[in-house]
This record gives sequence, structure tokens and C-alpha cells, in this order.
Amino acid sequence: MSRWKFIWRLTPLFAVLALLLSGCQGAFNPQGSNAKDQLWLIELAFFIMILVLVVVFGIFFYVIIRFRKRKGQTGYPKQVEGSHKLEVIWTVIPFILLMILAIPTVLLTFHFAQNANNDKDALHIKVTAHQFWWEFEYPDLGIRTAEDLVIPVGKKISVELTSADVLHSFWIPELAGKMDTNPGMVNKMFFNADKEGVYKGKCAELCGSSHALMDFKVVAKSEADFNAWAKQIKQPAAISADAAKGEEIFKNKCLQCHAVTPDQRGFGPNLAGFANRNTVAGFRPNEPEWISKWLTDPQAVKPGTLMPNVGLNQQEVSELVKYLQELK
Amino acid sequence: MSHSHSVKRYHGLMDWLTTVDHKKIAILYLVAGGFFLAVGGFEAMLIRLQLMFPENTFVAAHTFNELITMHGTTMIFLAGMPLLFALMNAVVPLQIGARDVAFPFVNALGFWLFFFGGVLMNISWFIGTVPDAGWTSYPPLASNTYSGMGVNYYVVGLQIAGLGSLIGGINFLVTIVNMRAPGMSFMRMPLFTWTIFIASAIILFAFPAITVGLVLLLFDRLFGANFFEVANGGNPVLWQHIFWIFGHPEVYILILPAFGVISEVVSTFSSKRLFGYSSMVFATVLIGFLSFMVWAHHMFSVGLGPVANALFSVATMLIAVPTGIKIFNWLFTYWGGHIRFTTANLFASSFIPTFVIGGVTGVMLSVAPADYQFHDTYFVVAHFHYTIVGGLVFGIFAGLFYWWPKMFGRMLDERLGKVTFWFFFIGFHLTFLVQHFLGLQGMPRRVFTYLKGQGWDTENMISTVGALMMGIASIVLLINVLITSLKPRNADADPWDGRTLEWAIPSPPPEYNFAQTPLVRGLDALWVEKEAGNKTITPAEPLGPIHMPSPSILPFVMSVGFFIAGFGFMYAKHEFANGIASFLFGNYIVAVAGLVIVLVSMFLRSVFDDHGFHIEPEELQEKGVKA
Repeated sequence: MSRWKFIWRLTPLFAVLALLLSGCQGAFNPQGSNAKDQLWLIELAFFIMILVLVVVFGIFFYVIIRFRKRKGQTGYPKQVEGSHKLEVIWTVIPFILLMILAIPTVLLTFHFAQNANNDKDALHIKVTAHQFWWEFEYPDLGIRTAEDLVIPVGKKISVELTSADVLHSFWIPELAGKMDTNPGMVNKMFFNADKEGVYKGKCAELCGSSHALMDFKVVAKSEADFNAWAKQIKQPAAISADAAKGEEIFKNKCLQCHAVTPDQRGFGPNLAGFANRNTVAGFRPNEPEWISKWLTDPQAVKPGTLMPNVGLNQQEVSELVKYLQELK
Repeated sequence: MSHSHSVKRYHGLMDWLTTVDHKKIAILYLVAGGFFLAVGGFEAMLIRLQLMFPENTFVAAHTFNELITMHGTTMIFLAGMPLLFALMNAVVPLQIGARDVAFPFVNALGFWLFFFGGVLMNISWFIGTVPDAGWTSYPPLASNTYSGMGVNYYVVGLQIAGLGSLIGGINFLVTIVNMRAPGMSFMRMPLFTWTIFIASAIILFAFPAITVGLVLLLFDRLFGANFFEVANGGNPVLWQHIFWIFGHPEVYILILPAFGVISEVVSTFSSKRLFGYSSMVFATVLIGFLSFMVWAHHMFSVGLGPVANALFSVATMLIAVPTGIKIFNWLFTYWGGHIRFTTANLFASSFIPTFVIGGVTGVMLSVAPADYQFHDTYFVVAHFHYTIVGGLVFGIFAGLFYWWPKMFGRMLDERLGKVTFWFFFIGFHLTFLVQHFLGLQGMPRRVFTYLKGQGWDTENMISTVGALMMGIASIVLLINVLITSLKPRNADADPWDGRTLEWAIPSPPPEYNFAQTPLVRGLDALWVEKEAGNKTITPAEPLGPIHMPSPSILPFVMSVGFFIAGFGFMYAKHEFANGIASFLFGNYIVAVAGLVIVLVSMFLRSVFDDHGFHIEPEELQEKGVKA
């Protein structure tokens, strides 16, 4: 497909498109092979559709300007039945255009459906969607984490997707198109990131009140950094004496739901390595201010969240913040 | 034959509650559909105001989900379809030279079922438990575990309204097959009638699917069945298949009649016959067929596998071919014509480029691997608003301005009409064009808020401003309607120099439509007569007594029965604080009472023979429906 790709990239239209959408994110800023293939297909479809629009708009404006009824015009225009030749032309040409689009569509549909699970070089990740957070499990590494999906750059990531409650949809616009997470079923997809960086991830299927806030981050690190991360997260966090009080409160009030070691599964997100995460509650910056807001009144930050308000006082909240910031 | 027994004629409100006259039912549909259009539009305004700024707190997260659910459901089922039923009731019997529809009683029943279904659904706003699982109501979100009472209103309300649509569709299918005037072969039918015929056929096959789906969901919710409960072996994807096997044809039920309206308006206001009539008919039939073959393109990201995705992808693309045929035929109908830009024609002509934009983005969405990026984003929102607003609503507005004189005997004000058009047209494109880019930049649909700094702020602001402009356009239209209703009823029988049969009779038509059944001598029957130098249509029969159906209150009562039964079932297992209320409403007493009303009405309808009455030639006066 690379020669086609070359031809399309040459089209001046693409230059216009690139200009128009430069600086845009989402599907227009692909950072992995999956999203790049998709962008190429989007561009192909876009090009064909612009062609259609130009033709139709051209005829349309010509007709409504040229044939508007003029003053003093009398009598009736000629009553035309139709034209077989024309009708065949505008049946056959769209058909050909669609076939040009259909062939790569079918090829890529099958390409994306490849099962990367048996690929020994791929990193396997099991994703479980919850109202309104994401659980990530690395079965080969024995790690469970949440909200931040840490991956090595360049490596193929093979994902198994399911849901613990309602339908959600796993989507990282810059790396890969979406795939639904259905309870009771497992869907598979794969993607990779070409560059180091933090990529936005989203839930794309209506899943309740805080559907809009069910974000996550994909953190792409170099292979070495990734291995270091995987090693560090398994070490018990070194809690300073300063945060010991917070640890105590956590054990009393939070541990029922939240595990802090990456080998355990809780009702809520696993908080191992929390201090290194980008966000709190999946979408707010991981800063003391937002952590305390979240702990004080979860419903105010994320409406409909299942995290209860456990009635912490201001003192307890700040002790907890100290503790959480040491969970490295 | 001419036994003329007297029949009770009603006046005032009772006249409207008992009418079986398709022209009055058209007006009922228009008023009710217009009302729900305003409700759905108001919900849209609230949605857009909430999304005007990032992290806006104008409406709460849960309220927002209620708003989007009710906006979608209302617009499709309670505004779009009824407004089309208004046009088809007003026009189709006239276009085929019929004195009535095949089953006038059923026609009235269809309206009242729709009306009470819609009312039931909207009562949820006053009770405070509103449907909130999206207009598609996907389980498990729509199950008892994750949603409140609200979804019951959705399920029961839609079920009742849906029955109304189903019997309405069957009625028009039979009417068009059986009631055409002599000489009107299928290939002489006006294109609007053709599209209603195909849309009715789609209704016949698609609505049973949603009926079954709603029954399954109803059983899950009310009686603890497990069709969609994963824990007990149910499968939520089953609902998606059933919903879209109905849901995809549904959008063609909406758009095909709009195509029909456009065909009539384009041809009338360019004073030319429709270009490529037979290919238009062929394209309509083909679209109707293909509409059933593509439902899974709403489910590309569900994980159906590459074979299903590839097949449904290509099948979906194919719809573009017959749709393209239509677009070019309209353009070539204009070609060489004397185009008059009345308000109706402004809406019809601007429909063409607008709908083409919606069409090409539809093809883009049909590309499955690309759809993994588009699906459930604002790109989809932009696409289906381009087809449903840019297609259906433009079509309905064109049809209303075109047929208003026929329906009411009064001409809508053209200057105000043009104000409506420009506000609506510009507002529409402002609202939805930018949403394509929002989607491509990664904004998912159905989000109640979005964070700052994602580059979505400007587009959302533009979108909201556009929506407000559409709101202004609607208010101007309402003013236009009010002003017009104060004017004397003095419209000509044929104000636009029309081509089809409805323009051969007075505006508004007398209750029997045609004093003598017309003889159809070609396509565009009235035009054929005009060309032959005749002032009016040739009759096919001598003047004689005209048989009319009697009015009846039973359709209204029967629908009230369904309405009461619906409430009874919804609350049968509800916990009430008060003991008496708990006994009365927390049991199946109300449900049974409602069903008894329904069954008694059915019984009465069955045992009392009502042969209707005759209007004798001596009493024929050319007086129209009162509106």
C-alpha cells in the first residue's frame, strides 16, 4: 500500500488539508501505525468525497443561477423525460469511486482484526472498564494498575478488552481507533506508539453520568524506562515518617476498596505508584489541591462516581494527600 | 344504495377528538408534532448552552444525559415521524385521487396512540425520573441495575407510540395499493406518494423489530427477565442488533418522504416534469431495500469481527449510488427550467447541497477502519444532523410552505418565510459544520462537559450560536403561522401552478376531497389536463352520493386505555409511602383497568356495525375542513 500512500501524499489537496488541520490533535495527529493507517484511509475517503462535492456544488450553483425565472419570461420550459446516457453515467461513476474506496477498506478491516495475542514480541495488556475508570493488567508482568497505561515505545501492544459493568469504549485518538468493552465478552485490538509521550485516552460509549470524565492516559516510555517503571512499581513504597499518619488513615478508610500493591485487585482502582500518575480521578492534574478536592467530595469532582464520601475531616485529607504523594 | 341515515356530527373539541377525516388528522399530527418539535428544540438549546463553554455548570451531568436522551427520542419519534404523517395524511389521498384513506378509524387510532405514547414519555419530566440511557437505550446501562424508573417511560412510551406508527404505515400501504383513481398506474404516481409507499413498507418490516426489542427490555425491567442481563446469561449486543435492525431503516422512513417532498417542490417550481422519473422510482425502491441490509454499520466498534464489518461496510457504501441518482435527477429537473425561488423552493434547493454533505460523510463513516476513529464522536453527530435536519427538516419545511394553502386555505407569509429560511439555513450550517472538525479532533458525543485546552472551545461556541439562530428561525415560523391563521381563508385551489391532483380541488378540500373521482391520463395528472387546455381534471364517474365514514370517539378512548395500562405496569412494583396509594398503584389494578378500557373499546368497535353515511349530490358544497 506504500505506493498508493505516496501518490496520495502528493496531491495538492492533502497539502490544503494538512494546512487546514495543522496543530490539530485527535485522529489528525497519529503517533502510531494503527492511527496512521486510519488517517490514510480517512484522507482517501475525504479526497473522493471532496471530488463529489465539487462536482455537485458546481452543477448546483450553475443551475440555480443560470435558470432562475427572469422577468418577462413566459410560457413553459421544455418538458424533458430524462436521459438514459446521463443516468447511466451518474450511476457508473459513483460506483467506480466506491470500489476504489471499498478495496482498501476491506483490506484494512482484516488487517486491524489480526490477533496479536500470539505474537511473542507484543506486550499483552488486559483492560477492564468500570464506571468511570480504567483498570489495566499486565498478565506477563504481574502488574495491575489504573488510569495510566504505561507502555514501551515501538513495541506492539496487544489488548484484551472487557467491562465490569456497562458498555464502554476504549479509545486513544492519536494511537488507535476505538473498540467497545462489552461485559461478558472479550474484544481484541493492537496498537503501538512511535514516540515517547503522554496520549489522551477516552471512553467513547455513553456509560452514565460521568461518561465525559472517564479519561485515561497512555504513557509511552523508552524500553529501558518502561522496565524501570515495571520494577519500581513492584517495590513497596518507602513511606516517610511524615506520611505515616496518612498511611494509617488509608488503612482504616480506603484499603477496603483500593489496593496499593500491584498484585492485588480491589473494588476501586489499584493505587500502586499513584504519585507517578498524571491525573487524579482520571482527568484532573495530580496535584495536592485536586487530590484533596477529590477526597473531600468525590461526587463534586466526578458526578455519579462509586467512590463514597467517607467523611474525612480537613486534617485527615491533608495527611492522606501526603501519603498518596509518596506512593511511588 | 343511497340509504341516507343521519349520523351524529360533532362540533368544537369533540369534532377533533372524534374525527376520522385524514385532513383533520393531518392537522392533529401537525399540531402535536410541532409541539414536540418545540420541546425537542428547547432540549437542544439547553444542550448547546451547556456545551457553549468548557467545564460549564449550566446543567448537571445526569440532567444532561436526560436531555440528550429525550432530545433524540423526541425528535425522531415524536417530531420527525408525526410531521411526516401530517404531510402524508394531508397529501397522499389527494395525490392519488382518493376520497379517503383505506381505514379511517385505524388512521385516527394511529394518531391517538402516538399522541398518548409521546405524552406518557414526557410526563417523566414532571415526575422527575427521566429516561437517561441515550435514545438508543443500550443495556446494561438501560437495565434496572444502572438506570432508574426513567427508562420505563422510554420503553412504555415508545411501545405505545410505535404501535401508532405501525398501524399508520399499514394504512397508507393499503391506501396507496387500493385507492388510486382510475388511470393512476404505479408508474403515474407522484413521487411523494411513491416515497410514502416505500416508507410505509419499511415501517411494516422495521417497526415489529423495535416492538419485539421493547418487549424484551420491558420484560427485563418489569418482570426480571434476563434477555440482556450478562450475569444471568443475557447478551447486551442482542439489543444493539434488534435496535439497529429497526433503527437503520427508521432513518430511511424519515428521509424517503423528505426526498418525495423535494421531488414535488423542485418540479413544480421549475415548471418541469421530474427528470428521470422512472430512475427516481427505482432508486427509491432500492434505497428501501438496502436500508435493511446495513444495520451493523452502527456497530463497527462492537467487535463483530472483520467479515461482518467488511460486508456491512461495502453494503453501506452502495446506498450512495441510488442516492446519487436522485441528487443528479433533481439538479437536472432544475436544468433548463424557469426556477421560482419561493420559500418552499428555497428550502428544497438548499436541501440538495446540504444533504450531499450529509451523504458524503455517511460514506466516510461506512469505511469501517476509519469509523473506528469516527464512531461516537461529534463527526457522527454532525453527519446525522446533516441528514436528519438538513434532509428531513428542510424537506418538512419545504413541504409545509408548499402545502400549507392546501391544508388550511391560507398562504403563509413569504417574506417571513424567507427570514425563517435564512436564519435556519445559516444557523444550521454554523451549528453542525464545525462539529465535523470537533469529532476529528477527538471530541466524543454525549459528553456533558469538556476540559479546557483541547482546542474545542471556539467550535463549540460557534455551534451554540448557530443553534440559537435556528431557535430564532423557529420562532419566526411560529409567528408566521399565527399571523396567517388570522387572515381570511382565500387561497386559490392552485396557487403555485401545480402539476399533481391535489391542486385540482379547492383549498382546503371539502371533506369528500373529490366530488367525482378523477380520471388520470398521465404522470402529473393536472399538468396533462393543463397542457390539453382543460381548466380542471376530467371526472371518471357521474356525480352521485358520496359514502363517508362516521366519526368515532373509540380511537381516543382506546389510546387512553393504553396510556393508563402503561402507567399501571410501570408502577406495579413501585414502593409507595402511602398505604392506600400503595394498594391502588403498587398493584396491577391500574394496569388491568387500562387494559379493560382497551378491550371494551375493541369489543364495541366489533359489535356495532357502522356503515357511515352518504352525502347526497344536492348537499354538495365546496366547503373545506375547519382549521
